[in-house]
Amino acid sequence: MDDAHSQPLSRREFLLASGALIISTVGATGSLALAQGAAAKLVPSPEQLDSWLAILPDGTAEAFFGKMDMGQGLEVAIAQIVADELDLGVEQVVVRMGDTATTCNQGGASGSTGVSLGARPLRNAAAEARRILLSRAAAVLDAPLDQLSVTRGVITVAGGKAQSATYADLIGGKHFDSALEWNKSVGNFMDVKGQAKPKAQQDYRLVGQSIPRRDVAGKIFGSDDYVTDIRVPGMLHARMVRAPRAGSTIASVNADSIRNARVVREGEFLAVVAEREWDAIQAARALEVQWAAPADDPFPGTDGLHDHIRGASVLKREDAMRSGDPEAAFKRAARIIEAQYEWPLQSHASMGPACAVADVRPDTATVWTGSQKPHSTRDGVAKLLGLPSEKVRGVWVMGPGSYGRNDAGDAALDAAYLSKLTGRPIRVQGMRADGTAWDPKGAACVHRARAGLDAAGKVIAYEFIAKGLSRVNVMFNESDPRDCLAGMSLGMPLNPGAGLGTPAESYGFESKLLAWEVVPALLERCSPLRTSHLRDPLGPEVHFGSEQFVDEIAHATGTDPVAFRLEYIRAARDAAVVKAAAEKAGWSARRPATRSARALHAKVLTGRGLAYAQRADTVVAVVAEIEVYPREGRIWARKFTVAHDCGLIINPKSLRQTIEGNVVQGLSRTLFEEVRFDRNTVTSVDWASYPILEMRDAPEAIDIVLINSTDVAPSGAGEPTMRCIPAAVANAFFDATGVRLRRVPLSAERVKAALAKA
Amino acid sequence: MANVQFTLDGKPVSVDAEPDMPLLYALRNDLGLNNPHFGCGLAQCGACTVQLDGQALRSCVTPLSAVQGKTVTTLKGLGTPAKPHPIQQAYIEEQVPQCGYCVNGWIMTAAAFLAANPRASDAQIREALAGLKCRCGTHLSIMRAIKRAQALMTRPEHA
Repeated sequence: MDDAHSQPLSRREFLLASGALIISTVGATGSLALAQGAAAKLVPSPEQLDSWLAILPDGTAEAFFGKMDMGQGLEVAIAQIVADELDLGVEQVVVRMGDTATTCNQGGASGSTGVSLGARPLRNAAAEARRILLSRAAAVLDAPLDQLSVTRGVITVAGGKAQSATYADLIGGKHFDSALEWNKSVGNFMDVKGQAKPKAQQDYRLVGQSIPRRDVAGKIFGSDDYVTDIRVPGMLHARMVRAPRAGSTIASVNADSIRNARVVREGEFLAVVAEREWDAIQAARALEVQWAAPADDPFPGTDGLHDHIRGASVLKREDAMRSGDPEAAFKRAARIIEAQYEWPLQSHASMGPACAVADVRPDTATVWTGSQKPHSTRDGVAKLLGLPSEKVRGVWVMGPGSYGRNDAGDAALDAAYLSKLTGRPIRVQGMRADGTAWDPKGAACVHRARAGLDAAGKVIAYEFIAKGLSRVNVMFNESDPRDCLAGMSLGMPLNPGAGLGTPAESYGFESKLLAWEVVPALLERCSPLRTSHLRDPLGPEVHFGSEQFVDEIAHATGTDPVAFRLEYIRAARDAAVVKAAAEKAGWSARRPATRSARALHAKVLTGRGLAYAQRADTVVAVVAEIEVYPREGRIWARKFTVAHDCGLIINPKSLRQTIEGNVVQGLSRTLFEEVRFDRNTVTSVDWASYPILEMRDAPEAIDIVLINSTDVAPSGAGEPTMRCIPAAVANAFFDATGVRLRRVPLSAERVKAALAKA
Repeated sequence: MANVQFTLDGKPVSVDAEPDMPLLYALRNDLGLNNPHFGCGLAQCGACTVQLDGQALRSCVTPLSAVQGKTVTTLKGLGTPAKPHPIQQAYIEEQVPQCGYCVNGWIMTAAAFLAANPRASDAQIREALAGLKCRCGTHLSIMRAIKRAQALMTRPEHA
């Protein structure tokens, strides 16, 4: 071994990954010093194998992963993949996640890419590590490479030679000091390659097994930290104070109106801080602020929102898909079917409001965040404070749920700025309204769908246009303070983006147009109704329309909805999931209920509906079987059947539970969720005014058919199922009642109103 | 300020704080416990649930003074890795939690309910869990775990 390999691995990372350990080890004395002591810089280089993988003195491995497991089993999936490449046991691999000092910027949790994109560089790095270790073993054991094999980190020689070498002996506790080829991409698409070729799928031992997750016991015995549990010595508790009427500015603040707490203010950035949390909470409630309301109320009110969107100017339009000549085809159609569908603003409504802890020093800063993108947190905090990114450390600690760009990013920047202004470490946490009324919202939209049929009932023209508030009115991460409440309240220039989405399917309609149109935000600065990414952005929204419309066309042509889809679907894997779901659910073609007033007076009606969609390379079909209670207006979706093909399956049990979570959260969004507001105030502020699904309405069964396409690379499961749920339920409602529900949520009020009209 | 003494997870504790401060902040900030979580502060979600003399209680709206002289049990005191409560054991076997921030509500409520109603039907269990939230949507796993725990708790050796 040369000298380069004998450097002890006094590794920054080993001590740094657990929140509790950080605090007890580092306290307020500057975690950067510790981090820098060993590694000299806080931003690991993707071009170094050591940035991805370490072999510890006992021969076990640590993998450094720049994405986060939000509770869907990603950690163990990555361990399975790395352990397979290294020929280690899965329990011999620990995955360190979400600390910007120890992980490369792989984009955090994003777009269901944890395995599909996130695992690639780790797989390649692990393969390269194995190659290096085997070549060293060949020298030590004086044996040809092709005679070596590895089991659980022990390398042996074929043909009875008794000697062996271990990963621990060869490199335990030392750096590889080996370079990788980096594709120069930062974020989701970051990838690296060594000289080694990763294993073929048929050589996997652990991939494909339902290995139990390792984060469960810590949650069940209350022993693992959440970001809310991070305590830094000397920290103050803070609560942000937001304008009660949207768009208001501060006229004056009575600092004497609170006790045991003080006001921190710069421009419109307003908070109270206290030594004790309860004092901060009481002070935030008691603080007397005179607000200056804007001349015009900014909002159209919940019930005026969709008319507002229909009539609003178009900021940006994109024809995402155009084939044939839709305009001409509509002109020669014998019959045209049209419908519109409406989706409301929805809240992340995470289980708890966001919390962040920041310790800002003159030249450095550390921020503990529940944000699913801590590298973005780091970059946003650095820009807000005027520090270089490499002087800021973002540490992800599990937060109270994360399903996109929720309030966590705002909390992190708030905490950092408060720490800068007070010179003390700060713990800021929201109250319930900060998580429901003030988080960035999932975009509301109106979909216009049109189909032209020829005389024989064949679809010759098809058009689906989504029009709505932008999915990126604020960016889907907090890497720029202009996209956060802190930056906005400090008067930074605005940075709105414009984007929406279109259906993802393979219907081979002759002439087809899929387009989206974005309308201006209701209020640009510090808006509680600013919009950004909510789990499966635009997935449930557009497919509620498109997959219900496909059913409407099928009905209009007297075709069974499954048969209709199979007639037009062009991709074989798409057809396979539709067939699998229908078969598993025992689907048989029959006519939907007709609108008989008598039938609608039954105590309970039953129906079933199907929806299907693609997401990236994943395809899902869902059958919902529901009961409708006309008098209560209640829909109970008792059973779902899901057929799911996300390529090669890493961990079937985690996958099933991830799909279940998608179904239930998707069902909650379908039946219950709508952010309500009047002309200047969001009135959905808690769980009473923003109800979500509870146990009473949970399905009794979710039957899942996993299609393991082992020849297709893993393509993600964190979101695809969700987009099928709303239309599957709405189609089942039509099957049960003969009535279409074209606006979400399918609340009791709307169900009763729709049935009364029938 | 008041001095409030009670038994917490089997040990006597003493807190000096405002008597109307919710118990949650005493548990978290004065007594250094992490597991009861702030979810809403309005008794609408369950994330802060503990047991008071064996009954599930939302600590975010319970004044500290209400627990004077009483026995408070948190998730941490319900069981340990070496000796888990049957619901904790079932939760682990079923791998229930995703983010896990809600588990105090479900586990502390279900433990109190099953202790009093060991042979509850599915419908009764669903009803007993009304008012609890899980944003990740793990409801089916929760039901599986509670039924598994029910089986564990009604075995002859446990009765």
